[in-house]
Amino acid sequence: MSDIRTPSDRVDRTPSDRVDRTPSDSADVCVIGAGPAGALIAHRLAAAGHDVVVLEAGPRFDPEDRIEQMDDALRPAHGRPDIWEMGGNRDAFTSSGDRQYPLNHARVKGIGGSTLHWQGMVMRLHERDFGVASREGVGADWPIEYDDLRPYYAAAEDALGVAGASDNPFEPPRETPHPMPAFEPSYSDSIFAEACETLGITTHSVPNARNAEPYDDRSACVGYGTCQPVCPSGAKYDATSHVEKAEDAGARVIDQVPVQRLEHDDSGEAVTAAVYATPDGETHRQEAREFVIAAGGVETPRLLLLSESPQYPDGLANSSGAVGRYFHEHLFAGTGGVIDRETRQHHVGFNTTESHQFYDDPATGTESGVPSADAEADDLGAIKLEFFNYAGPSPVDAALSDGGWGEDLRERVADTYGNHLTVGALVEQTPRRENRVTLDRSTTDDHGNPVPEIHWEIDDRTRRTIERANEIQEAILADLDAEITWQVGPTETGPAAHHMGTTRMGTEPGESVVDDRARTHDLRNCWIAGSSVFPTGGAMNPTLTIAALALRTAEHVERRL
Amino acid sequence: MTHELTRRDAIAALSAVGASLAGCAAPSADDDGQSADGDQSLSDHDRGTLSAAAEVLYPDDVTAVESFVERYIDGRATDRPEHAAGIADAVEYLDEYCQAWYEADFAALSVDERDEALRRMSADEADSVPDGSDVERLRYYVINDLLLALYASPTGGQLVGIENPPGHPGGLASYQRGPQS
Repeated sequence: MSDIRTPSDRVDRTPSDRVDRTPSDSADVCVIGAGPAGALIAHRLAAAGHDVVVLEAGPRFDPEDRIEQMDDALRPAHGRPDIWEMGGNRDAFTSSGDRQYPLNHARVKGIGGSTLHWQGMVMRLHERDFGVASREGVGADWPIEYDDLRPYYAAAEDALGVAGASDNPFEPPRETPHPMPAFEPSYSDSIFAEACETLGITTHSVPNARNAEPYDDRSACVGYGTCQPVCPSGAKYDATSHVEKAEDAGARVIDQVPVQRLEHDDSGEAVTAAVYATPDGETHRQEAREFVIAAGGVETPRLLLLSESPQYPDGLANSSGAVGRYFHEHLFAGTGGVIDRETRQHHVGFNTTESHQFYDDPATGTESGVPSADAEADDLGAIKLEFFNYAGPSPVDAALSDGGWGEDLRERVADTYGNHLTVGALVEQTPRRENRVTLDRSTTDDHGNPVPEIHWEIDDRTRRTIERANEIQEAILADLDAEITWQVGPTETGPAAHHMGTTRMGTEPGESVVDDRARTHDLRNCWIAGSSVFPTGGAMNPTLTIAALALRTAEHVERRL
Repeated sequence: MTHELTRRDAIAALSAVGASLAGCAAPSADDDGQSADGDQSLSDHDRGTLSAAAEVLYPDDVTAVESFVERYIDGRATDRPEHAAGIADAVEYLDEYCQAWYEADFAALSVDERDEALRRMSADEADSVPDGSDVERLRYYVINDLLLALYASPTGGQLVGIENPPGHPGGLASYQRGPQS
């Protein structure tokens, strides 16, 4: 029998209604949240022999259901939040500001967290990203450098299983190859390569947390093409992998136990317990020596704000007033069109070619076709260009959304599918103090707690950067004589589902929430893991950095045990 | 040119709708199209009605429709019995509608009459909603189910230019290939 496992081969766990959700007697560490950050920390500390308890608000999804979930995802009748059961009173929120923030499209609550629905793109931040304030005068510098995180990036690539190649001339220095070879380029990559070569744009492979070959007892990708929102084969990494490893190492992972608040001691210097609710209406207190909050960029600051006390009326770990502030995202910019030949889209659900040429230096053009940015508009954030392998409508979606049937339907689907191209981009958003997560005390969740309110707007620099990305995308498609049929610019843009900045890391306790180890300035045993600690987010998908920081924080927590 | 739906297509379609990895081993249709274990929540009438619907919904040059649909539906009924119940309810509504307008069950109508009946009830304009109105549920459990089965299979994908459509685990070679002449 093969050692390779699909999600449905995973170990059976106790049925949900028979799970023991009472607290552990003598936990060394309580981790709040079973996404990638919490799972990696729980695994490392449990493997080191420590008594670890993980409290997760969402359920433990049955791996047997993955293909049914894919079935639902393929049908237009089911929205993205439905697939992983997001929504309802549990997940209620308020969106304010000039941008509607689609929070429940952008996260998953459950064992595995948002890696259950993520795309699986895993790039290292560039060296530039750690010192944007010093170099460009915007945002904030990180209190650590790329070199501080570099070995942890390598460890994170091993942990997640990254397929990649060392063919990116723009990426920061790395010491070892990726653990798996990169996925081969797609046919449409070869179309883009012609244009990019003409224009002087260097393209390269994409690091994917997706098995190009069997890795870590998980299957190689078999091409279901539904990476977002669900991978039935288990080839795409998700944090259930490290939850299982943590449990195998002795950790307790309890699902459906949303933490309501944290309690602190009389001195106000240490957290004493996480108070959590169970599905049967019980409330328990989990005591521990160390607490790690890893609940994502919205629920982490919300929990700190909900943990207000007479000593901390503005919320826990919030002497800086920065908890919830500086919420920032990556913005999507995209341009799409059609050409007069087949482009072979939607065979797989992931990308195989990118360009980081306009990341560190987005204003500079090329000698052969991409103009430089106008001098009065050359203050720009980072741009990461993506060449899609899933441009245009999916033939399955087109067939099910059309309304018709028979020969007419076949002809319309064949006409709709086939010759689309898309150049996408992630664009850096400048963190602003005004963009923030607060408590909406006028609305409560299923446990009577104020829901998170997200105030999110986009500044002029970010708008300019989106326009610049569009300009580069148009140049590429123009070289291919494409008919541009749509564009997502500053008006149409939306978030990439990367919640950053709301408990930012820094050296000054008056300006930041956690120190350079990710421990809160205010409480000696309270740690935060996840992208909420990012002072700035560059334009790279955040999960590899989340994982690297988590592994680094695990070492710091262990030193205190 | 005809496009014959094969046992491989039926298994591929099942893989897109919940019977995938068990599809080869789970109770399914024998080569003669009969149920292997007889333990289906869908009756022979239900299965025949779905085949009759597929004759309308699928392009004219698709062949071996009946055996494809029966394999697909049997696998579906085994793996998602609650979904099979939705199919059975939708078939019941379809027959009630056709009895009222044509004084015959849907499967007894000619292909043209079946097409007319579906359009008369505005199934071509209805949203696909699993807990919606009668027609919306028909759209979800019958029409879109059968269209998903076809277009998530290799043969169905090839009808529109893709041999590895989303939902089908067709490997990593096709995305690298250029158009086939």
